[in-house]
Formats: sequence, C-alpha cells, structure tokens
Amino acid sequence: MSAPTTRRLEFIAVAFIAVLLIVVFPLLNSYGIISNFTLNLWGKYLCYALLAISVDLLWGYTGLLSLGQALFFSLGGYMLGMHLMRMIGDLGQYKKPIPDFLIFLGWTELPTFWKPFSSFPFAAAMVLLLPGLVALVFGFLAFRSRIKGVYFSILTQALTYGGSLMFFRNDLLMGGNNGFTDYKFLLSADVRDASTQRALFIATALTLVLVYLSCSWLSRTKLGLIQRAIRDGENRVLFSGYAAAGFKLFIFVVAALIASVGGALYVPQVGIINPSEMTPDKSLEAVVWVAVGGRGTLVGPVIGAIVVNALKSWATRAYPDLWLFFLGGMFIVVVLLLPGGIVSIPGRLKTWWAHRTAASAETATPVAS
Amino acid sequence: MITQLKKLLTVGALALGASFGTAHAAETVKVGILHSLSGTMAISETSLRDVLLFTFDEINAKGGVLGKKIEPVVVDGASNWPLFAEKAKQLLEQDKVAVTFGCWTSVSRKSVLPVYEKNNGLLFYPVQYEGEEESQNVAYTAEAVNQQATPAVDYYLAEGKKKFYLLGTDYVYPQTTNLVLLEYLLSKGVKLENIGGGFKKDESGKIIAAGKYTPFSHTDYQQIIAEIKQFAASGDACVISTLNGDTNVPFFKEYAAAGLTAEKCPVVSFSISEDEFRGLPAKQLVGQLGCWTYFQSINTPANKKFVADFQAWLKTTKAPGVVKEGRVTCSPMVLSYVGVYLWKAAVEKAGSFDVDKVRAAYKTGLSFDGPGGKVTTQKNMHVTKNVFIGETKADGQFKIVKSFDNVYGEPWLKGKFK
Repeated sequence: MSAPTTRRLEFIAVAFIAVLLIVVFPLLNSYGIISNFTLNLWGKYLCYALLAISVDLLWGYTGLLSLGQALFFSLGGYMLGMHLMRMIGDLGQYKKPIPDFLIFLGWTELPTFWKPFSSFPFAAAMVLLLPGLVALVFGFLAFRSRIKGVYFSILTQALTYGGSLMFFRNDLLMGGNNGFTDYKFLLSADVRDASTQRALFIATALTLVLVYLSCSWLSRTKLGLIQRAIRDGENRVLFSGYAAAGFKLFIFVVAALIASVGGALYVPQVGIINPSEMTPDKSLEAVVWVAVGGRGTLVGPVIGAIVVNALKSWATRAYPDLWLFFLGGMFIVVVLLLPGGIVSIPGRLKTWWAHRTAASAETATPVAS
Repeated sequence: MITQLKKLLTVGALALGASFGTAHAAETVKVGILHSLSGTMAISETSLRDVLLFTFDEINAKGGVLGKKIEPVVVDGASNWPLFAEKAKQLLEQDKVAVTFGCWTSVSRKSVLPVYEKNNGLLFYPVQYEGEEESQNVAYTAEAVNQQATPAVDYYLAEGKKKFYLLGTDYVYPQTTNLVLLEYLLSKGVKLENIGGGFKKDESGKIIAAGKYTPFSHTDYQQIIAEIKQFAASGDACVISTLNGDTNVPFFKEYAAAGLTAEKCPVVSFSISEDEFRGLPAKQLVGQLGCWTYFQSINTPANKKFVADFQAWLKTTKAPGVVKEGRVTCSPMVLSYVGVYLWKAAVEKAGSFDVDKVRAAYKTGLSFDGPGGKVTTQKNMHVTKNVFIGETKADGQFKIVKSFDNVYGEPWLKGKFK
C-alpha cells in the first residue's frame, strides 16, 4: 500500500472512531442504552490513553523511557483539583468556606497560593503551565548533561517519587495522604450528575482525537523524522549537525502537557487525586500499557491503555483473587510472543499466512535446486 | 482427562446457573465486600473479607436476612484509591447491592464517600479512624478517637503517668488524634511542657499540630528514640503511638535496643492488633500496650464460641484465597462481624432492604451481643461499645488489664475538651 492510501485509511478509521466516541456513545448514554457507570469507566480509560500516548511519544518515538509521566498526569490533576476544592464552598464536613483539610490543619483562612484557583481559567492555565515548567526545567538540565538510556529512566523515576513524597506531606497544604476528594461543582454544574459526566467524557474523547491527530501529523514532519533518528542513532544525528537536546526537550515538554491534560480530565471523572497517583509504579503501569498495545505506533498506546484497564475493571470484580495472575500472564505473553504488542497481530498473521501459502506452493511444485 | 472434563462440566453448570441468575435472585440479597485483596493493604484487609464471608455463611445457615440468603459480591480495591471509587460505583450501580462492608484506610473511605452519598448507598466501616466526619451513608462501627485514644490516656493517668510523648505516621488519623489528645491532656491538668513530640504554631501562636511525625515505611528512629529516652528520664513518662504498619518493626527494635522497657516508659499503639502480629515480631513488644474494643483473649462464652466457629469455618470453607493457618481474630474483624449483625437487625426492624428505611431503623439504638460484649447503635451512625486495654504477650496475644464499659462513639472531638 502506498503512503497516501494508508494515510487515507487511517484518517477514515480515526474519523469513524471519533464520531463513535464523541457522538454515538454519549447519545446512547443519554437514552440509557449505555449506563452511566460504563460511560464513566470509558472516560477514565480515555484519560489513561492520553497518558499512554505521552509515554509512547517519548519511549516509542524518541527512545527516551520516561518513568515520570505519572508526575505530570497528577500535577495536571492537582491543578484542576484545587479549583474543584474551591468550588465545594461551604458544603464540606465543617461547613466552612475553605477546604476541610485546611481547617483540620488549623487554618482559618485560605493560604495565599490557593486564592487564584477560585478562577477556572486560572486553574486551566495552570494545568498547562506548571507541568510544562517542571518538564522544561528538568528536561533542560537532563538533556544538556546528555543524560540518556537507563540513567534518564532512573532520574525521571526519582523525580516522580520525590513529587509523591512532597505531596504526602501535610504541610505542603495540598491535602497530604488523602489528597482532594468530595468535589461538588465544575463550571457551576454538579460534578456527580450524569449530564456533567457525559460532557466530561465528550471533552476527553475530543482531546484524545485532537492529540492523536496532532501527534500523527508531528510524526510526519521533519521533526518527527529527527525524533525517530534520535531514537535509532543519536550520535549520527549529532554528527549530522542537529542539536538533539533541543528536539528532545521539545518532545519532553509536549509529552508532559499531554499527560497533564489527561490528568486534569481524569480527576473530575474519578473523584479523587492523591499522592499515590505519583508513585513510580503508576508510571510503570503506563509503560506496560504501551508495551501491550504496541510501542512506536500511535494507536498502540490507546489500545493498550483501554485493553489493560478494561481487563482490570472486569477481573477485579469477576476474579478478585486471581486477577493479578491474569494481568501478569498477559504481560508475559506479550513480552515473549508479541514484542510488537497487540497492533502487531494483523501483520504477524499476514506473514504467517504468506509463509503458509508459500510453503504449500513449494510442496506442490518442488523446485530443483 | 476426566478431571478436565469435570472442570468443563462445572464451568458449563456455572454458566447455566448464571443465566438463570434472575430467577435465583428472588431468594438472595446482594451484599458488597469492598476491601483490598492485593497491594500494600491486602495483608490487613483480606482478614476482613474472610470474616465477612464467615459471617454471611453463619447467617445463611440460620435462614438469612428477611428470609433471603446473603449473596456476597467480592471486589478488589487493590490498595488503589481511584479504583475503590470505581468498584463502589460498580457495586451500587451495576450490582445494586443492598449494603457494602468495606474500606480500611481513611483515604479509601474518603474516595468512596461521594459515590455512596450520590447513590444513597450504605457502607459499614469497621476500622479505627480520626472522626471529624458523619455521613448519613456510612455506618461507622469503627473506634472513634474517644473509644481508643482518650481511654488509653485515662489508664495512664490512673497509673500515675505525668508525661506524654505523641508519635505518629504523617497522615490524617494520627494528626487528628494527637490534636484531640493535646486538648484532652491539657483539660486533665497535664502541663504543656510535659507533652512531648513538639508543636507547630501558626503566626498568632495557636498550636495547629502536636506530636512527632514520620513518613510511611520510615525506618530510622534513632534520633526520636534518643529524644524519648531523655523525655522519659524522670520515670513518669509514656508514649502514645499512632505509627502505622511496618514502621513499627524498626521503631520497637530501636526502642528495646536503647534500653527502654514497658516498665520504664510504656508505649500504647493504636494500630497494632493480634492480626498485625502475624507479620510483626511480638517479642520486642512484650508488655507494651494496645487499646481496642475487642481482644481475642476476652474470656466470655460468646467470644470463645466466635473464635471456635471462625476456626472451624476456616477449615471447611471453599472460598478462594483464604489463608487457613495461623489465623487470629482482632478488633477490626469483630467490628466487621458486628456490623453485619447490626445491619441484619436494622433490616429486620425495617422489614425492608431499602436504605432509607434501614438507616432509620439503625438509628433507633439497636443492640447486638458480640464477641466483645454489647454494641449499641447511635443516632449519629456510630456505636456505643466496650473498650479494652491489653498488654502484649510474647505469642502476639493481649492480656487485658483494664476495660471501660459502654463508651459512646463521638466523632466530633476537636474543641470539645476545653
């Protein structure tokens, strides 16, 4: 197949799925055919898909295995969470106008850095600004020092671990171990209402489609080419006169922003953000989704995030004692038999079929050698 | 081959059974169990799953609730707080359970609370907690701070202790407990300089936090123990510990190594029960105190029967994942057990499984004679129960040294003792 045909096919597939997610699912939900619970669950999976894309953009496309993407995901969640906490108003346990955990820590009025978060536009801007800034500073220092490979993975893991330890502390005034919960309103709509959750689902699906299309476009530009060149032979890129550090920094910041937006959409849908979302094992989980789906492709991480999490949702109810074996077994199968992930299955089937027909043709008409 | 065939047949039979589920549902009532069966909290929470299954079997053997057998729906929260919220939603919206028994950590309860309030569900919560919460959708059979921490202080005061060192893991339960204890100690005439662990003050000089805090899984206690040793030099000091989980191992190891003993300076811990000693060495804790609303060593016919029945059930049960060897009973387990019976009593009084009716019945002061003595429900969704103080023995059991009868469960304690 020529490149333009593949691209056209891809476009048709994306358009089909986009219509399905953005229009059909919510419509079916409003008529009660898809339950609120199921739609909400899918909203969560799509947020995870955004996180998975951010991992794959670094790992699959640039060869940078970042184990710190959960930090950016959580930071985005925390920024919107702060606004959601302000919107509780005086409906908390203590019936006071400031969040419960602040009262519990002895505060009688809002700390200064909390004040601007009463504004939604400010919180939304911070969803992009704070994780973007953290990624910029960390990435600048890391890439300037030419940290790569396993050292980059360890450093990013340390970064997210440090973040979780910091957020666990009560005196950071970010809710400590319990984090933020019990949200009431978002943009003056009741967060727990089915219609609000539906709107959040649509917003998540729309974001995912936009992110997918942008990343797909990015991978076809010259920048995308350099990105893959860095993955396959960074020294050659350097000797060819490209400043690899700048490109890597750009991708790192973009990936952080994708994760962060995913986190911000995730929090009002699941109803809680706390520091355990930042621990390194959460980042590792996202890496596993990418591996299962198929790294180095854009559709792979989305499939991986959905399949693994749907399996988890189902198995923790159907086989609460055995589900970890299911998941573990699946990872082993992927690593041993399907290194290309789920997306590689059609290709492998095709080669297998081609082999088979070739082999039978050989036996039918033996060629003298 | 034959076993495989058998397996296949069983699976087929199960599938058939599932397809006739709707006809079957008339005689059963679905009840949710929402605990962590994997992850860091699994070691504590699986015991609660086990005791709940035992309780359901016991009730079902006697005819069930309102003539319906209890059908447990077990889900795994996996020590993952957003997953707890998801599973709660599933139990309420998909499975439509009549009631849920579950949660251990405060953060898991906080995570599912909005779900129970939104769907008007009912959750029974069995583990000691910090209070400062009173939801109409949660029945707190758990120990409130005044059913654990303040009785322990009363015991120490009666023993002639004058100095109190507050130590805990840095999260909501220890922080709140210590603030309440600070107020309580001051109200009992203990001087501020005799309360150890340090204070944090705001700009106006008001104390906003009391006690010494370490992170989860902290291991280095040398400095803190040196401080305690100095604090305890006068011989009339004690330690009140809200340290959680595995940090207790290095703490008590260092404590013994520094030459501190239960005679010189006793430690009362609120998070170590018989069940924790399955994973913790009890040797270094001999003589140190525990305070709960139940100990396995309670010497009453009701408790002996409960312990024996539970052990007998363990031997015969076919429930998957149940550890059968070396099992004990402890306060959170008994409060889970008691919770099921209180719910049953409320359902029977209401004559319905409807949450609003059950709640109204629950608030009318129902009583149940459990393994730890009489437990009575209150209007504020908490329960009145007995409190016991016990000394740790080398086998991980407790020798009861003091009991307080019928202590009222009060969740709102901050600012109460002035």
